Amino acid sequence: MSIFKKIMTAIRGGASEVGEAIVDSNATRIFEQEIRDSENHLTKAKRDLTGVMAQQMAASRDVDRLKREVTEHEGYAVQALEKGDETLALAVAEKISTLESELSAQQQALDSFSGNADRLKELVKKSERQVSEYKRQLSMVKTTESVQKATSAITDNFSSSNSKLLNAKDSLERIKAKQQKFDDRMKAAELLESENSDNSLEAQLKEAGIGASSNSANSVLDRLKAKQK
Amino acid sequence: MNIHNIANHLNALADNSDTGMVFDCQPISGEVDVLQVTVIDREELPIFVSVTDDQILCITYLWGSEEVKSDRVHEMHESMLEMNIPMPLSSFSKIGDKYVIFGALSINSTFSDIEHELGVLNNNAIEIIDDMSDYLI
Repeated sequence: MSIFKKIMTAIRGGASEVGEAIVDSNATRIFEQEIRDSENHLTKAKRDLTGVMAQQMAASRDVDRLKREVTEHEGYAVQALEKGDETLALAVAEKISTLESELSAQQQALDSFSGNADRLKELVKKSERQVSEYKRQLSMVKTTESVQKATSAITDNFSSSNSKLLNAKDSLERIKAKQQKFDDRMKAAELLESENSDNSLEAQLKEAGIGASSNSANSVLDRLKAKQK
Repeated sequence: MNIHNIANHLNALADNSDTGMVFDCQPISGEVDVLQVTVIDREELPIFVSVTDDQILCITYLWGSEEVKSDRVHEMHESMLEMNIPMPLSSFSKIGDKYVIFGALSINSTFSDIEHELGVLNNNAIEIIDDMSDYLI
């Protein structure tokens, strides 16, 4: 059964009841041990791969060298033949034959190392996928359990503090009302601010002698003088 | 990352958060440590944060099954599924008989990621209750 199905069955089956575990803790521990084992295998496989790849590189260098030497000696043999020196050509040909058998042995070794390296690379990739898959599954089990435990902690906390989770619509109304109150306060503050700035403008105008003149003693006196005339 | 680090960070933020929200943190003790994060002026929709081996879970309870109009449950589920991808960072789930909205973060997230997540989750929660209120009693 897939881990998804297991979790679903457990939740549906009422394992969401406080204290009941999705997968018993012993199974979780075994699973964790399996992951650690796989990781150890992976480390070993990677080490092996490094060794094989080093051998592969050495063999590949030897193959290249031998191929070069064969070509080189073939040149010598041709030159010897051109000079009519049959004996020398034969000696070179013998050398070429030795080189060629050496080359074929090295080529075989190289093929085998390459095959090994490819196989190990596949193995490493497969193990890596396996480990990350195990980890994902373990994470799902642990998260489900954690959420259940968290839920019971939250529920306990709510029942002990005598408060309860509100109905969703009521919560929304309350939040909106608070937001409205906040907006109203902001608006009122803005209004007040603008009134204050009006006042200060008026004061500035007055100071500059613009706008409604104040009833200063002088202006009263002027008015009375005007009446006398 | 654990809930105490997160609580310390959020409490220290005070008015300097990037989200314009002020957070209040209250640890809840139990078998698993849970941090109750409330956004000031939105105390009705607390966020519960818990930390596991590889992720940080932030959950807000939306409504209970009993709050859903019984003849519109199916329609509501459809709407919630359809909204799941467009809704930034958060997803829907159900814990017991409660519908929840949640966000999961990597354990390697920064404080700023967490702060952002909490802000977005809280806004999503309010908006989704508003949008789904037709289906609710």
